[in-house]
Amino acid sequence: MQSRALELLVGFFFSLGVAAIFILTFRVASLDSAGADNSYRVIALFENIGGLRSGASVTIAGVRVGRVRDIVIDPTTFQARASLELGMEYNNIPKDSSAKILTAGVLGEKYIGLEPGGDEAVLKDGDRIIHTQSAVVLENIIGQFLANKASDSKKE
Amino acid sequence: MRQIFETVENFLRGLARAQFFLGSTVVAIPAALMRPRLLMQQIYSVGVLSLVITVISGMFIGMVLGLQGYRTLVGFGAETSLGTFVALVTVRELGPVVTALLFAGRAGSALTAEIGLMRATDQLSAMEMMAVDPIQRVIAPRFIAGCLSLPLLAAIFCVMAIGISGGHLIGVELLGVDAGSYWTQIQGAVQFDDIWNGVVKSSVFAVVVSWIAVYQGYHAAPNSEGVSRATRNTVVTSSLAILALDFVLTAFMFRGF
Repeated sequence: MQSRALELLVGFFFSLGVAAIFILTFRVASLDSAGADNSYRVIALFENIGGLRSGASVTIAGVRVGRVRDIVIDPTTFQARASLELGMEYNNIPKDSSAKILTAGVLGEKYIGLEPGGDEAVLKDGDRIIHTQSAVVLENIIGQFLANKASDSKKE
Repeated sequence: MRQIFETVENFLRGLARAQFFLGSTVVAIPAALMRPRLLMQQIYSVGVLSLVITVISGMFIGMVLGLQGYRTLVGFGAETSLGTFVALVTVRELGPVVTALLFAGRAGSALTAEIGLMRATDQLSAMEMMAVDPIQRVIAPRFIAGCLSLPLLAAIFCVMAIGISGGHLIGVELLGVDAGSYWTQIQGAVQFDDIWNGVVKSSVFAVVVSWIAVYQGYHAAPNSEGVSRATRNTVVTSSLAILALDFVLTAFMFRGF
């Protein structure tokens, strides 16, 4: 094997391998999960997250603006404390915006929808979203429905 | 009874020798890096020549995953999740493991046979006579080449299985899953940690397979039967080691899920 051809092939192999790792990182894994520099975090407390998982998307008007970084239990209130990682380009979200846990489709994946408020002040890194609405838990709705039925039939 | 003791004793002694051998190989690595020409030759024979088998098996495994995943998911009306399925299975498990198994069969056995034949034909002893350290000259370049090549091969395997032809060809071109949702599902589900864990896994497999291959070759009995036994041992031991280590590593990496 000629020395030049050998070096050429080995170089080709290496660049192929490195390119593959790059493709995996940037095309397959979501970009925004890698860079913590161009994002900021806000906190939201929920009564019940009902199947929301870390990595779920955060949207405004259905457009993805960030993702759920992690979910823990708040030690004092025993609420679920979700920290949301929002992209730096969305740094003008009003401070009194509300967060809802929504479902894609009937039984689909849970995600967080932000509804912008009217405040002049904007959300900063480490801020807390005050107005939150928990996930709709199917069992609770069925329970309420049954209770209503029961009280209706009692009246009659 | 006595035989059991002897087997255990031989096993433990072999383990100790293998560890000592790994130590002396690692010590010889800086010296081997000073000879890029030798290293290049080994990367060619270990890595470049394993490229074709990796690419082809990656393509076929991606296609099989695409077909099977589609058949299962379409029953739940969830065939848009095909991308998630193919990507996670490939990046987390099949990519590192299958590539390492192929590597053990294709490159590991070749390394053992080559070094074993050098031992059998007294080439290694001849080097020692000439005050050339065979570990530095023969073992270390092969060991480094194996450690460098396998993670790259695993990454190429994953790209082949998910993208170019495997899952993409079957899912999107043949079965009609929407290309946009295929890729957004993948990007939503695969985290950077998954890729990183895959790279860590294949690096661990690379060290283990290369270690076993050069050790078995170096300590092969210097006759034709010894070389054949060493080659067989390489393939069997490294395959078992890969599968067992994969379980241990997975338990460590994904215990939170």
